[in-house]
Amino acid sequence: MDAIKALDNQQFILTKVDTVVNWARQSAIWPMVFGLACCAIEMMSAGATRFDWDRIGLIPRATPRQSDLMIVAGTVTHKMAIRIKRLYEQMSEPKYVISMGSCSNNGGPYWQHGYHVVKGVDQIIPVDVYVPGCPPRPEALLYGVMALQDLIRERSLMDDNREGRKPRTVEVPA
Amino acid sequence: MSLDAAAVQQRIEAKFPGKITSAELEVTDPFLVIDNAAIVEVGTFLRDEPELAFDMLHCHSAVDYLELKEPEKARIEVVLHLTSLKHRHWIVLKVMLPRDNPKTPTLENIWPTANWHEREAYDLFGIEFEGHSDLRRIFLPEDWAGHPLRKDWEWPDEWHGIAVKPDEKFSQRAMEGENIGVGPFD
Repeated sequence: MDAIKALDNQQFILTKVDTVVNWARQSAIWPMVFGLACCAIEMMSAGATRFDWDRIGLIPRATPRQSDLMIVAGTVTHKMAIRIKRLYEQMSEPKYVISMGSCSNNGGPYWQHGYHVVKGVDQIIPVDVYVPGCPPRPEALLYGVMALQDLIRERSLMDDNREGRKPRTVEVPA
Repeated sequence: MSLDAAAVQQRIEAKFPGKITSAELEVTDPFLVIDNAAIVEVGTFLRDEPELAFDMLHCHSAVDYLELKEPEKARIEVVLHLTSLKHRHWIVLKVMLPRDNPKTPTLENIWPTANWHEREAYDLFGIEFEGHSDLRRIFLPEDWAGHPLRKDWEWPDEWHGIAVKPDEKFSQRAMEGENIGVGPFD
């Protein structure tokens, strides 16, 4: 106790490593730059001045090697699916996936007759946050990013990177 | 001077008698059905004749008529929408092909834009364009099975381990409350 008392007013703080690392991780989520369909237009809007996702630490990176987050924004065709899987595998841990919009959640409007569409990107890569909408508004996407920040804060360094990560669906306020 | 469909038909008929097998002029897009063997020379004529000058193939598509009730009428139609930017007139040509083993000469030497359009028709309908310089699939993966816009195409269960067929399990996931983010039609 004396040792801790000695730190009083010495401009130190005591905290857990988990808290610091998670704070750092959740404050600098770098998404990979790619969009697949109309959802990507909303995603670009989320990045532009009006919504400005830089505010919450999202800086788009043009390579999977530097990215933490993959935003699957749009229709995942079979031809694209193998590329998405490859890109996901090129990202380094810890890595997160937001499935944005109906198409990548479950096939969306192509659900029944779209022979070319993968019925849910979660058939290929594990998804952390599902953002519903067709397409979701930029607010909804940012809400999804904040849900991902919650998920990151709940994790511990001792956890295996993937194990126990429960996917969550953003419920967009009306 | 722009010509109407009847005038175009008349000119083709005068140059290539009997090559127009039927025509329908009282519709929004008047069309002429051309004999498959003559399509290249008719196309070349339509492009090069100064009075006609169809310099643009603005749409190239195909339709599959399975005609289950009258199997003898089953066919695949190749539909060509031609435009003359010079004279501002339009015409639609159709070519009828048999459903089994449909073959037609390529038009890419007349209108280069036909190259990709014919690849698309090959990809989705399985029409073989004879003489095409690069007849590969253009949309679907190279190892895709069959041609999906054929009416009798059968869905594969999966492609490289990814489910293709619309399956009850997909609807059940949403209906039974698994929160996967519902689409606009749920």
